[in-house]
This record gives sequence, C-alpha cells and structure tokens, in this order.
Amino acid sequence: MRRVLAPVPIAVLCAVGALVALLAYGLAQNEPDRGVEEALARGERERAPVLELPRLGGGGSGSLADYRGEVVVLNFWASWCKPCREESPLLERWHRRMTKQGGMVLGVDVLDVTADAQDFIDEYGLSYPMLKDKDGKALESFGVVAYPETFVIDREGRIAAVRRGPVDEPFLNAEVAPLLEGA
Amino acid sequence: MRLAAAMSAALLATVIAAPAALGQTCPQTTLADLEDEVMCPVCGTPLGLATEAPQAQREREYIQGLIDDCRSKDEIKQALVAQFGDEVLALPGDQGDDDLGDLLVYLIPALAIALATGGIAFAVVRWRGARPGAPESPAPAGDGARVDADMERYDL
Repeated sequence: MRRVLAPVPIAVLCAVGALVALLAYGLAQNEPDRGVEEALARGERERAPVLELPRLGGGGSGSLADYRGEVVVLNFWASWCKPCREESPLLERWHRRMTKQGGMVLGVDVLDVTADAQDFIDEYGLSYPMLKDKDGKALESFGVVAYPETFVIDREGRIAAVRRGPVDEPFLNAEVAPLLEGA
Repeated sequence: MRLAAAMSAALLATVIAAPAALGQTCPQTTLADLEDEVMCPVCGTPLGLATEAPQAQREREYIQGLIDDCRSKDEIKQALVAQFGDEVLALPGDQGDDDLGDLLVYLIPALAIALATGGIAFAVVRWRGARPGAPESPAPAGDGARVDADMERYDL
C-alpha cells in the first residue's frame, strides 16, 4: 500500500491519465457534428448557423440572412474537388428554375485559390452568387467534413435537408421542389 | 569611334551580365523549402506530408507558379495567407496572433524532455542502488560486538 502511494507511481499514473484524457479530447474534437441529421431524423428543422463571408472575387460580403424568405440551396464546393464538377451543371439548371419560384443556389467556395474558382465558374457558366470561405471557418459551423456538401434552407432560415456528397436530380426533386411549391 | 566602341563594350557586358544576375536571384526559394513551413488546409497536415490530396497538389502548383515568378519565400507566404488565411502557416510565430501559444509550442517539448531525462536519471540511480552486488553500507560501530556477544550466548 505504501509503495502505491509513493510519489513516483502517483506521478506516472497522473501522466498516463493526462495522456488518455488528451487523446479522448482529440477524438471528441475530430468527431463531425451530425446535429442537423439528428434533428431531421426527429422531424425537426434546426435554424441555419449564421453565415457571412466575402463575395468571391471581391465586391463586399454576403450573408445567408440576405436571402431570408427564399429557399436557398447552400452548396459548399472547391475547384480542386472532382465530385463538385459533376454536380455544378445540375445546380446551375436548378438555380435558373428556382429564381422563378422564390429560390436560389448560393455557392461557398472553400479553401481554394480564387483564380481557380473563377476559372471553374467560367468553365461551367455558373450564374448563382458565390461566397469565399478562405480559411474554412464556415465549415465548422455547418459540420462540413467533405466536399461537396449541400444544405437546403427553407424560407424561415431553417435547414430542411442535407446532402453529404454531390447532389442529384432525385435529391433536389424530393427536398427542394416541395419547398418551392409551398410559396 | 572610341565612344562607339566603349558603348558597344558596355552593352555587351550588360547583355552577358544580366542573365547571370538573374540566375543569382531567381528562383529565390524552392517548393521543398516551403513545404514544411506551410499547411495543406484541407488535410490538416504540413504540405510536405500531404502527398496525394488534390488540394495539396493544387497548392503545390500554386506555390510553384509563384516561385517561377521569382517571388521570395515571405511573398509566397503572404500570397498563401491571402488565399487560405493565417492557418496556412505551419511554423509557430508565423501567424503572429498568439504569442503565448507560440512560446508554449517550444517550451512544452523542452520541459517534457527535461522531465523525462530527470526521470530516467532518477530511475537509474535507484536501480543501481538496489542491485544485489552493490556495496552495502558499513554496520554502525558497536553492532559487531553485540553480534559477537549474541553468538557466544547461543554457542553457535
């Protein structure tokens, strides 16, 4: 008993405990936030986090709040992301369709070289507004861990659906079209 | 005639010297030199460790373009910060916004090494002291006589 309470074993135990705690903290920090999916599974819609970023290519800043009252398809993308290339023409088609019904696509270019992003936009003829998240701060608030990821925001500014990965026509038909019809 | 010859010589010297001077100052740095000092922001690792990630490959191309434009290391880092923010800088002190954190990055490992060295030294000293072959401390004076008296009493 005396040996267990000696200073050296206690110090070793404390050091091991501290290392285990540090490891657990690191693992917990890296765990992606899936609160949105959990709320949607319960049939609830969480309020979308505040999003205010510079406009891509300059021209001040833009905010998700600027589009309150509209259905917003919020798309996180980057020019170096291959799946983003697949979905871009579809998003552009839907943006043109949505603008006639009180909706829009809002792109957020993440961790990207601005010139590359502009080339990407020109290549696909994207006409929807674009924001630039240069250091990825917005990713954390939305729990984005991969690219592309898309959030459907209803007219009250709540998250109505999420797609981790490229969107497709069935997803947009199922999640966006009903919100547009509800205008 | 002399003036024309002198001007020709000066022009020739300039033409010959210019590429040599450029060769000395450009490129001012290399990709390998920068890879350990900047991060791949998507990968969360220094760029040198992010081998195959597409964003890392694109970042390397971007840096190489700036190197080819004869930008200095500091200029390239500034350009990267403009594109990706302060967190693209990997070296403590480069970001300039967290002096205590920058200090701790160096102090904590130094302290850990010092503690580990002290711990090992302490363990070695104790281990050497507990060895069976180690010389025992001499018996206190008077103990020998007491032992002899006891031996005689028990007739051993």
